[in-house]
Amino acid sequence: MKTIYLDNNATTQVAPEVLEMMVPYLHELYGNPSSAHTFGGQIAKKIREARESAAQLLGVDPEEILFTSCGSESDNAAIRSALELNPEKRHIVTSRVEHPAIKSYCEHLANNGFRVTEIPVDNDGNLDMAAYEESLTPDTAIATIMWGNNETGVIFPVEEAAALAGERGILFHSDGVQVAGKIPIKLKDSNIDMLSLSGHKLHAPKGVGILYIKKGVRFSPFIVGGHQEMGRRGGTENTAGVIGLGKACQLALANMEDENTRVKGLRDKLEREILSRVPKTRVNGGQAQRLPNTSNISFEFIEGEAILLQMDGYGICASSGSACTSGSLQPSHVLRAMGVPFTMAHGSIRFSLSIYNTAEEIDFVVDTMPPIIEKLRNMSPFWEEKAKSCGADKMPF
Amino acid sequence: MWEYTDKVKEHFLNPRNVGEVEDAEGVAEVGSMSCGDALKLTFNTDEEGKIAEAKFKTFGCASAIASSSALTEMIKGKTIEEAEKITNDEISNYLGGLPKEKMHCSVLGQQALTQAIAHYKGEAIEEKEGEVVCECFGITDMEIEAAVRENNLLTIEDVTNYTKAGGGCENCHDAIKDIILKVSGEEKTPVRPPLSNIQKIKKIEETIAKEISPSLKQDGGNIELVDVIGNRVLVKMQGSCAVCKASQLTLKNFVEVKLKELVWPDLVVEEVSA
Repeated sequence: MKTIYLDNNATTQVAPEVLEMMVPYLHELYGNPSSAHTFGGQIAKKIREARESAAQLLGVDPEEILFTSCGSESDNAAIRSALELNPEKRHIVTSRVEHPAIKSYCEHLANNGFRVTEIPVDNDGNLDMAAYEESLTPDTAIATIMWGNNETGVIFPVEEAAALAGERGILFHSDGVQVAGKIPIKLKDSNIDMLSLSGHKLHAPKGVGILYIKKGVRFSPFIVGGHQEMGRRGGTENTAGVIGLGKACQLALANMEDENTRVKGLRDKLEREILSRVPKTRVNGGQAQRLPNTSNISFEFIEGEAILLQMDGYGICASSGSACTSGSLQPSHVLRAMGVPFTMAHGSIRFSLSIYNTAEEIDFVVDTMPPIIEKLRNMSPFWEEKAKSCGADKMPF
Repeated sequence: MWEYTDKVKEHFLNPRNVGEVEDAEGVAEVGSMSCGDALKLTFNTDEEGKIAEAKFKTFGCASAIASSSALTEMIKGKTIEEAEKITNDEISNYLGGLPKEKMHCSVLGQQALTQAIAHYKGEAIEEKEGEVVCECFGITDMEIEAAVRENNLLTIEDVTNYTKAGGGCENCHDAIKDIILKVSGEEKTPVRPPLSNIQKIKKIEETIAKEISPSLKQDGGNIELVDVIGNRVLVKMQGSCAVCKASQLTLKNFVEVKLKELVWPDLVVEEVSA
């Protein structure tokens, strides 16, 4: 059975060009870039090149790029540094819909004496900018607001948010893990002080990430050790991973147009077709500005994990914000923050595409989804009574 | 991804008995959409009083659907009395086991069965007894207590997996902990009333003087109580006992047995050197 992978916000395949680039550094070119000899030293040059590629993707200088082990490390390191360097400030501003790398860390800090303000979102998933502006106080050490939402793809106006923080002398960090390679990023002229990226979300391998730190912004290392990364992160470099990420950044820049035209077209078609063929569905965050690859669709009266497992039977990979999928009993905090009704939140499916998806795959998915939904709805005790009363039985199935 | 058994997957992908039995004699609806799973169970009996037809409709995850399917298969051909005895564990076992986070799916099936049988018998459907502990999922103290007792649950996490209680805002975690402690405390309650330390020592002294020393003295030995630390009884062997190679056997098989029997069942006798 062919795998149709529509779960690219979870992780992506390593691009063949990236893998090819990496292999020698896992193999014959195993030197330590810190070594004095040529054998090791030549790797330092490759890492420098990777740093330049990453800087290009973000529109910044190479010295502003710090390689880390993952997006979560970048997120944690940014917040931690801000708090350590501003010990007199005890307040953090974030949003209600952050990735757990931010959300859980902020909850941890809240349990340890810090004050955390979570900015709400509206029904479409848009950040409440008025509430955000109001929350910034002289006691605020850092504002951390994600750029693109991993579950819905909703894009926040982080440049605007960063400017508001900047005016007040407050550090601004953004989790940019989902936006890299999907929308143009130009950090040079922005007020964004720090930005996190993750390698494996843009066709580099897992185990490598980036923290952008604006020139002039002080930084206190998260991992204290050797002089690596200009003394800002101890630990011998993940050479192959970093070099692969450099290549992935080049590819992301080159493929950005394809992402925003062809991939977006596939996403739009997927959404359009499913909504027209399946009654009682809605796109979560559909009215907001969104990433070109993400679609979060709720199928009312059925449960997400059951939908995913049916799709799995056809080789289609996606995610769900349902409670049962995560092991918790509450559906996704993002959908709840948006006020999505429980009945809809339990039956939400996230499709996230990449440049490797084809029109044929999307055609297969839109043909496969309606019977899956129908089968599960016919099993649901709520479907008949509630749906028919609204005339849904007259809709084409 | 959950690790489901092949049987769970098979019942999920090809569920048996989906639908509603017409003019059903037994009907039950449990769960709700807001809490993530719900089940409607209907059945009819034949002339012999056996369940002839059983159908379900379920809103929920793969294991909820598989549990419902399994339940309908299990009750078909059974008398009401037989069906009544089915437990959630049996539903889970029928499917080759469920992940522990999904045990509440089998509990849902069992609840539906109980309710459908009550409906069949014409009994009023019981209002939930007890007080709601978990506000998020509307679970009462009675339900939690029953789950803890029947399944030997020891942690809040276990309770959540079986009943959903505590899986939301977590405000009720303390109350759940109290219920677990209450139930586990009950099981440990000894048959005899607990002794205070002084009572314990006195009884040990008495037993040694009346029941143990006389026997040992017959063989030219004796025993002296040195200390009692919790349930450890420290003794010194005297006379011929002190040099007897079998004194350890005497200590365990005679002294300890007597003390356990007459004073406290958890006592352990230890010899301290002179």
